Amino acid sequence: MAALSINNVYKTYANGTDVLKGIDIAIEDGQFLILVGPSGCGKSTLLNMIAGLDDITSGDIEIGGKRVNDLSPKDRDIAMVFQSYALYPSMTVRQNISFGLEIRKVAQAEIDATVNRVAEMLQITHLLDRKPGQMSGGQRQRVAMGRALARNPSIFLFDEPLSNLDAKLRVEMRTEIKLMHQRLKSTIVYVTHDQIEAMTLGDKIAVMKDGIVQQFGSPQDIYDNPANLFVASFIGSPSMNFIPATVIQTGSDIGVKICDDNGCVVLPLPHDKTKLAQFVGQEVIFGIRPEQITDARTAHREGLPVMSCHIDVIEPTGPDTLVFVSLNNTKVCCRTHPTEAKRPGQSMELVFDVSKAVLFDPKTEARIV
Amino acid sequence: MFKNLTVGRALVYAALLLMAIYYLLPLYVMLTTSFKSLDDIRAGNMLSLPQAWQGGAWVKAWAEACTGVECNGMQGFFWNSIKMTLPAVAISTILGAVNGYVVSMWRFRGSDALFTMLLVGCFIPFQVVLLPMAQVLGMLGIANTTTGLVLVHVVYGTAFTTLFFRNFYITVPDELVKAARIDGAGFWTIFLRILLPISGPIFVVCIIWQFTQIWNDFLFGVVFASGEAQPITVALNNLVNTSTGVKEYNVDMAAAIIAALPTLFVYMVAGRYFVRGLTAGAVKG
Ligand SMILES: Nc1ncnc2c1ncn2[C@@H]1O[C@H](COP(=O)(O)OP(=O)(O)O)[C@@H](O)[C@H]1O
Ligand SMILES: [Mg+2]
Repeated sequence: MAALSINNVYKTYANGTDVLKGIDIAIEDGQFLILVGPSGCGKSTLLNMIAGLDDITSGDIEIGGKRVNDLSPKDRDIAMVFQSYALYPSMTVRQNISFGLEIRKVAQAEIDATVNRVAEMLQITHLLDRKPGQMSGGQRQRVAMGRALARNPSIFLFDEPLSNLDAKLRVEMRTEIKLMHQRLKSTIVYVTHDQIEAMTLGDKIAVMKDGIVQQFGSPQDIYDNPANLFVASFIGSPSMNFIPATVIQTGSDIGVKICDDNGCVVLPLPHDKTKLAQFVGQEVIFGIRPEQITDARTAHREGLPVMSCHIDVIEPTGPDTLVFVSLNNTKVCCRTHPTEAKRPGQSMELVFDVSKAVLFDPKTEARIV
Repeated sequence: MFKNLTVGRALVYAALLLMAIYYLLPLYVMLTTSFKSLDDIRAGNMLSLPQAWQGGAWVKAWAEACTGVECNGMQGFFWNSIKMTLPAVAISTILGAVNGYVVSMWRFRGSDALFTMLLVGCFIPFQVVLLPMAQVLGMLGIANTTTGLVLVHVVYGTAFTTLFFRNFYITVPDELVKAARIDGAGFWTIFLRILLPISGPIFVVCIIWQFTQIWNDFLFGVVFASGEAQPITVALNNLVNTSTGVKEYNVDMAAAIIAALPTLFVYMVAGRYFVRGLTAGAVKG
């Protein structure tokens, strides 16, 4: 186990593409770090840099306090699980798991013991003599994890390990990886483009876009306090609502003006007044998550602003029903109790919990309040 | 088998049969002629079976026929060809495998340029390299030797073998090599323990291709090796063109079949893997 710190890392490929533009991330020993972002943002590149599979252009990477920039992958004490699993096709599961140990000249008795221990832990003992071609995707995924576990490295690197599995298996393996982390207390860097995986697994999340870390923090912090519009839209499902609105002062209250077919209301914001005051009269983007617009029964709190809205569409999901309304000509998703949701075409009283709402600058997309 | 015989299908079969006959007929004529006596050949129809089956032409073709001034048959040249083909196939295939591995898995500055240059090698006509090659062989002191021919075929063949292996290894996910590097394996360990064991199909393709190319080559053989060292294709030509009185068609045919036998053998043993190998991806799933 070891801490990992990535300091101001840049990567420019030989063909001139800047893929990483000054990455700064540090995690402690035993933490579960998630790198999340849309496809092509440089997640795999960053993971390859940590592994030493490719050189960084500038900056430093430290593992366990030791600078590893110039160490080859085999000397960095890491293990990696790949999206394609990358099992050696001609070798049996046993040979796949023991290969790394053999190359490191571990004694045969110890190799056998390790293979058996890992196989038992992952429940793949019955597969030990199979070849990768004779196994299902889920089984191969387990073997790939087994190969990493056998080496007992100081850092585990995962590159979208679950993205080739079907939905049900993906959820199961997610829990297993989390359990494994809790048991082994290993340091893990885990790449995914799936924000649910990011939220459920991570101790720390780095949200990336275009080779830049947009925000680095705990899952809850990133959910509640997104640094910019990109992060707010990327994390959370259904996504946060972004409503263009004007900031308006009425008496001592400052709020945003929200209109629908039935008329307009001003939702007063409980945020820092001195900050809000700078934007009075300006156009902003009002960000509010679906669960913060709900029916009176679910809101369960007095004194919140209420607005009667015309329902366009409803989507029952089971535990709750998503109600879609049109505010300031923008489609807005609200999460309501199934029995409280009205029908499309009807109007419904919606309660706005504005305490966690956020405001973005429409031009820079930066968070302003 | 005839249950689903429609008119269309019957036409297809008829066409296939016709094609098969078209291609097999020369072989049939060669075989039957080689077992006929000269009188039989002169008297009979080209398509008739021998009146009496005689192996004499085969013995003569193998051991006694004249190929120029020498009259020792094809035997010495058969071995020449073996001595030329086996090392040339082995060396060019191994070089191609290593080259293909490097070009596809270990990208380095200029590796694409290197591969393009190798690729161009596939399109250089034989005739273009004749003179420079003769000069090189002369400088190395291996002109007119089997060793010289081996070198020529290795140099010329490596472009093709590299292409074969590169196209095969490019279908192997890079992640396999990355995983092995993290496991601590080096350049050769990765090649020998991870890639070679899955390279069977492409080895078959490469070996068949190289074997037939090199065994059947005439131009390099006639230019770079003469007399003692000439390969069987050149010897066959000399045998057929050396006329001492009557034309011995039976001996010519027997000699031609002897010259073709190894390639026929290779196709029969490994032919079905050829198509399979050409279409195989390296890693399934
Ligand atoms: N070897 C390379 N040479 C040039 N560009 C590359 C190379 N590898 C990746 N890239 C580019 O870097 C960007 C990030 O790739 P990657 O790290 O794989 O993204 P992600 O894993 O986040 O989907 C992509 O635009 C990709 O085209
Ligand atoms: Mg990736």
